Amino acid sequence: MEIRIVKQILEWNEDVSSDIIKELDEKKVCLINLMGSPGAGKTSLIKKLIEALKDRYRIGIIEGDVAGQIDAETIEALGIPVVQLQTDGACHIEALSIQNILPMFDTGDLDVLIVENIGNLVCPAEFNIGEDFRITVLSVPEGDDKVVKYPLMFRATDALVINKSDVLPYFDFDPDRVRRDERDVNPDAPVFAVSSRTGEGIGEFADWLDRRIAYKLSNGHVLRKPIFSE
Amino acid sequence: MHELSIVEGILEAVIPEVRKYDVSRVTEIRLKIGELSGIVPQCIEEYFRIASEGTIAEGASLKIEKVPVRISCGDCGYDGEISPGKFRCPGCGGTGFRILSGNEYFVDSVLAD
Repeated sequence: MEIRIVKQILEWNEDVSSDIIKELDEKKVCLINLMGSPGAGKTSLIKKLIEALKDRYRIGIIEGDVAGQIDAETIEALGIPVVQLQTDGACHIEALSIQNILPMFDTGDLDVLIVENIGNLVCPAEFNIGEDFRITVLSVPEGDDKVVKYPLMFRATDALVINKSDVLPYFDFDPDRVRRDERDVNPDAPVFAVSSRTGEGIGEFADWLDRRIAYKLSNGHVLRKPIFSE
Repeated sequence: MHELSIVEGILEAVIPEVRKYDVSRVTEIRLKIGELSGIVPQCIEEYFRIASEGTIAEGASLKIEKVPVRISCGDCGYDGEISPGKFRCPGCGGTGFRILSGNEYFVDSVLAD
């Protein structure tokens, strides 16, 4: 016999993700999902963002890694509350892990929670974790063909950051190609060229983030682009 | 790795539903997977064989139907498919469109004895 089911495959992850959004909307905490390859400079970028935003917002960090806690120690040294999330081999973070970690923070004393996702250009893009918005980091040494090769990571994001721009003269990396490719898969996402090492471009990116965070904190929600229009 | 999560999701969608019927074996699971979803059918099949062992869905075949990306353009009125790699309206070249399908991934139906 045929049995009609019509059920979303990752429904439970979506359910938990919606619960997190609801909780953090109420508590007025902005959750940011930062994604990119291993070595793209996610932790260094976070350190720069902490520097740029810490006078205006109370920031917390969730450091996702397959193993170890090097990144968490780096952040902790800055006096910022941080929780290390070890996925024990898993290639992405799921909403349930974030829900379990939230009680470790005093969310009443937080404005912004940045989740550094597992270094990976594939899997994390598939999983909502209750974020208000997503940022994808691509670094110059990775090559300018990544948008074409990993479209989901660059489509399902709210902004693209090209990191390590200071080494552009040494690589055959065409930032205009990346901008063009990004426009093809994600016309609304702004692209920022930065260098966490020299600080170049960080100000402009931090200003963009600042506006998004301020909107969330004063309105209790962000303007979400619906994935599906009815 | 994340295909395992997806396969667990398939089993969680299927098993409680089929238990409502007087059946002992699921023979086919029909999935609809949007071209934008990034799910790789071959990986799912491999993981499914492992994860379904000992369940009512063990041995079931997976029938995967790809759902194309369809848009409706508010600027020029184009209504139809676009390529997943090019988010531009083929009618006017603009971006003022809504995505009608292509993101989804769900279990549509199963066959069971």
